[in-house]
Amino acid sequence: MTAGAVAPEPLALQGPVTLASLGDTRAFLESHPDGRALDLSGVTMLDTAGAWLLTSWQAGKGGTLTGANAAQTLLLETVTEALASAVPAPKPRPVHHQAGDTLAETGKAVSQVAVGLGESLGFLGLVMARLGWTILHPTRLRLTALVHHMHQAGLNAVPIVALMGFLIGVVLAFQGASQLQQFGAEVFVVDLIAISILRELGILLTAIIVAGRSASAFTAAIGSMKMREEIDAMRVLGLDPIELLVLPRVLALVLMLPVLGFIANISGLVGGGLMAWAELGISPGMFRTQLLNNTDVSHLLIGLIKAPVFAMIIGVVGCHQGMQVKGDTESLGSRTSRSVVVAIFLVIVVDALFSIFFALWGI
Amino acid sequence: MTDPIITIRGLTNRFGKTVVHQGLDLDVMRGEVLGVVGASGSGKSVLLRTIVGLQHPAEGTIDVLGTDVLTADAAHLRNVQNRWGVMFQDGALFSSLTVRENVAAPMRERLGIDAETRRALADLRIAMVGLPASAGDLSPSDLSGGMRKRAGLARALSLDPEILFLDEPTAGLDPIGASEFDALITALQKALGLTVFLVTHDLDTLHATCDRIAVLAEKKVLVTGTMAEMLRVDQPWVHAYFHGPRAHAAQPPAGGN
Repeated sequence: MTAGAVAPEPLALQGPVTLASLGDTRAFLESHPDGRALDLSGVTMLDTAGAWLLTSWQAGKGGTLTGANAAQTLLLETVTEALASAVPAPKPRPVHHQAGDTLAETGKAVSQVAVGLGESLGFLGLVMARLGWTILHPTRLRLTALVHHMHQAGLNAVPIVALMGFLIGVVLAFQGASQLQQFGAEVFVVDLIAISILRELGILLTAIIVAGRSASAFTAAIGSMKMREEIDAMRVLGLDPIELLVLPRVLALVLMLPVLGFIANISGLVGGGLMAWAELGISPGMFRTQLLNNTDVSHLLIGLIKAPVFAMIIGVVGCHQGMQVKGDTESLGSRTSRSVVVAIFLVIVVDALFSIFFALWGI
Repeated sequence: MTDPIITIRGLTNRFGKTVVHQGLDLDVMRGEVLGVVGASGSGKSVLLRTIVGLQHPAEGTIDVLGTDVLTADAAHLRNVQNRWGVMFQDGALFSSLTVRENVAAPMRERLGIDAETRRALADLRIAMVGLPASAGDLSPSDLSGGMRKRAGLARALSLDPEILFLDEPTAGLDPIGASEFDALITALQKALGLTVFLVTHDLDTLHATCDRIAVLAEKKVLVTGTMAEMLRVDQPWVHAYFHGPRAHAAQPPAGGN
């Protein structure tokens, strides 16, 4: 050792050097910027986070670590080895927004919508073809599954649909009464309630509730089967998932939605009648007479004839979205919410088309 | 070091009328690798889930790191939870996060470490479990089964735990991947001084990694001991397990016990 070149005293690190005390250790190292050697004999605990800090300090400073016991040396070596292979791959810099990006995004979105529409139509066609085939071979229909889904999607929906219809009737009667009273035309509240509920609201709102209840349930059920490869298992067994899973669900809705719509209609009339009685003094007998004289049965038929179409939309959209679920849980969630949104949207669009159609035909 | 780090006494688990465990006792010693074996449905995974608090037992006490985890208050339990890591069978990675975010998540949620350190430590864990550096930016659905298991292990190691729970770590891996995983667990256990609680079916894993084996049968821990001791047990199921055709294939050649 020559004069003037005195080797610096090694810094002595004390106590635990762990994930929990990482901040303290780092502060200690930074407060001794000229330290070159580190004595670890006072370290009581060392974990990978501590070892990472020490080895990166060593690599950055070109310093040395001394006094580590056997286990600590092994850990330091393991971490050094891992760090060498952990050299991060050079990341491409994120490209900033460029002119034309929006246009490209729009184009992509439009083509995606078009592809999605085409696929949905294809699926609808597939279901229709299988439905026709099943009508020709009725023994292939899965009766147990059909009854099960009629129970789930139909019978179990009766309370909520009835309550909804009743409340809509009440609201219509109340609002109609306060307006019609101004003209002294209270008795026409019966026509208002009857026509709006029978023709439009009863079946439309029922379809919306069923879309919320059943389209999501169908998507979730079929989607989780898809995730657990149950659908693939069916296919390799030569079973047709459309026949086994989709048809019973769609058929159950087609059969039950008109019934649910009818229940909503009746409870809507009851609710409206009760409110008209309470608010305007129109007795049940008077309500009945006015209803029978002024409201044609065609209103009820026009309402109910839409039900199977709505049911088909809800069932096909729910099952189709379920079939499109990919392997991860995130897609199950997004498909489920999309199935409800798409089903309700399509129901409203088709209802509007029906209105135009009936108006043109003068019904 | 032979002091128990996990002590289970009189554990009883029931699902309705089905009794899974009845009066089960088990000690796990500090620094050992304990392999838990048993027939399908003998309650191996239920035992693991009970220790880490996912299943509340009907009776019994479980003491982990000196804390009774069944009766401890939230603060004590949290302290214990920071000192163990759990790897589930298929990784159980959070599907909305990238692999790096998955590994960093425990550090972020439990310790509140700054972002840069978190990132560096997560990358270190990813490298330690033998994943390529590019895997950090992938999402779990892009990974193969073996990579998901490694990523799950990296997340379990995230808080530098003292105890590592592994549920069937080599199930579904090809033989090469499985022996790599065995070697990885052994290397990490040595370097980090971990205690490992390992539920497995894999005889090769038992041979390669375990210091001690606990056999679950008849609703309790039937017998514990080293591999050599297991080979001498006369109980029919244990005998069939360790002397079956697969067991002979798995044994290291020339007196390797």
